[in-house]
Amino acid sequence: MKMRIAKILTLSPSIAKFTLQPVSGALPVAAPGAHVIVEIPGPTRIWKNAYSLVSSPEDRGQYEIIVRRVEHSRGGSAWLHGHASAGDVLEVSAPQNLFPINRLAKKHLLLSAGIGLTPFLAYLHTLNAPFELHHLCKPEDEAAFRSLLPNAANITLHTSRNALDLNALLAAQKLGTHLYLCGPDNFMRVALATAQTLGWPDAKIHQESFGGATGGEAFTVHLQRSGLTLEVAPEMSLLETLEAAGLAAPCLCRGGACGECELPVLSGLPDHRDHVLTPERRAANASILTCVSRALSPELVLDF
Amino acid sequence: MDLNLKPAETFRGDFSVRNSDAAILRFPFPFHEDRYMYAVNIEPHMRGGPTAAYDAIFDLDEHYIGECEDRALTLLDDPLRCQVLPHMMDAEWDTLELLMESLALDYPAQFTLTKNDASWHWVNRPLGLDQHFTFGDPASLPCPPFEYITRQVQGDFTLQDQRENNLFMDGGMVTSQADWSLNFDLGMSFHEWHGPVPVAHETGVFDRALAYLLRLQLGRPVRRLNWTLTANPRLDTSPENYPIWGPDKAGITPENVGTKMCLRVELQTLTRLPRSNAILFGIRGYLIRLEELVRVKKWGRRLHRVLRDLHPDIAAYKGTLPYRHIIVDYLSAFDDGAVTSAGTSPDQDLL
Repeated sequence: MKMRIAKILTLSPSIAKFTLQPVSGALPVAAPGAHVIVEIPGPTRIWKNAYSLVSSPEDRGQYEIIVRRVEHSRGGSAWLHGHASAGDVLEVSAPQNLFPINRLAKKHLLLSAGIGLTPFLAYLHTLNAPFELHHLCKPEDEAAFRSLLPNAANITLHTSRNALDLNALLAAQKLGTHLYLCGPDNFMRVALATAQTLGWPDAKIHQESFGGATGGEAFTVHLQRSGLTLEVAPEMSLLETLEAAGLAAPCLCRGGACGECELPVLSGLPDHRDHVLTPERRAANASILTCVSRALSPELVLDF
Repeated sequence: MDLNLKPAETFRGDFSVRNSDAAILRFPFPFHEDRYMYAVNIEPHMRGGPTAAYDAIFDLDEHYIGECEDRALTLLDDPLRCQVLPHMMDAEWDTLELLMESLALDYPAQFTLTKNDASWHWVNRPLGLDQHFTFGDPASLPCPPFEYITRQVQGDFTLQDQRENNLFMDGGMVTSQADWSLNFDLGMSFHEWHGPVPVAHETGVFDRALAYLLRLQLGRPVRRLNWTLTANPRLDTSPENYPIWGPDKAGITPENVGTKMCLRVELQTLTRLPRSNAILFGIRGYLIRLEELVRVKKWGRRLHRVLRDLHPDIAAYKGTLPYRHIIVDYLSAFDDGAVTSAGTSPDQDLL
């Protein structure tokens, strides 16, 4: 869908809210937790970044996203912060939801850090069971996030001045509570490990992480069936490299969450950064999720 | 889209329902080759296909009024044919919106939907309905939203909630089923409700199908065909009413098999719903008497070969055992041994 930037609201030096309106027609309804892929033009290439929608699911006139300027950005968020202006037209995908609310939960416990708050802003439009939201952020971002959240007893912002006792919070929850996690990788790791140590069942822990999609060392990929050899540049993902070569590589979430882009590995050692493969399948190194994972060896050979 | 509705025919009692020539030619014949085995035969549900049955998102045909009346009769006897669990209310509204928008778009002469924010106006001319209601307010409709709209569409529907990396059948309107029960399956997970299907579990078909469906995308519905055989064009072949329809099979003879025995094909569609993230499963059933089907030469030849060579376990599951030889004998007269073309299209424009 072609969408026009209608408004850019700067919330802090590194955080801005973008209001996007369709160039024509009405927008599809998007459930809380849904994201869109925004195509961002760069000088040499197009970035495709996933952003959670924060607008009300029933709003068919506009979508809102919140973008953090990523340090050492590959370019997408830097362009949105530095170059985008109202009136610009961007290509935006139809919304998809990889982070839905569990409707049988007796209570929702929402834990986020940094820009990971965004899907929960959409949740706030529709949650009907009791919920508690704890958001962790840097002191310099506190005012920006406070401006996005209602003032309510069950919504708490945590900075270094008001640290969250994660263990105590997770230990105190009653059966029937579902835990939702969204934030940077190190936050996700700590929160997940804490919940698992306390005995939370996997079925009650929900996560969606678009982190880890940043680049890394360059490597070479050889595609056995296509007969192509491609260089994956440091700021490009493997998936983007395949697409740039004109290949119709499978993909959906572009964030290592859905598993759609999995391709068989014939040789080489993948650097698994996804959230899909089980520990056993990771250890087997027989496949790779091209949207986020890279290579630990100089070359990968894929059956593609 | 053209829709020439017949006055109500019956799908019980005297079974007055007949397929016109046009209805025969648009039948979604399910066999793309001369043999049949289970597969994950799912494809994108795009408009267009081998017959006109694939032209609409939700297909209606000449039997619309009679099928809606038959559903109403079944619900009168057994209200449990329509059940939706309480946590699926968003999915109920999702379904109502999707079906109303699709019908109004594909059949504007019969259906009109007007929206003014949450104030909606629905007109169903064939059934004589004119309803103003507030989207999101169940009290503004004469019955819950899922029941309201599925009473007005041909075919059964179930609602699948997605959670715990699985799908759960947490609602449905099921009055024209091939011998399965919503009341029994309600709340079951994907593998549980498919438990009775033979052969396919061992080949991993359900594992792959579930993995695929969990990733079903908004705006990209998919479809598949399923089939079985039914004695008499009866929509309600439910376990609950087995005493009523079970004996029909015993009455199949070489003399009446062409008239009474029907191929039942389900055009199944799977659509991701936007608010609830649930999946709407549409099971649009088509019934065709064998004597109607063999008027399409290719289909008569092919059905003979498929049923003659069917895997014994599948033949048993499809309920064909007691009369399979009668059907195969009947169909053999329409199989001259000629080579059939690949695919399911009828290969003729007139009967």
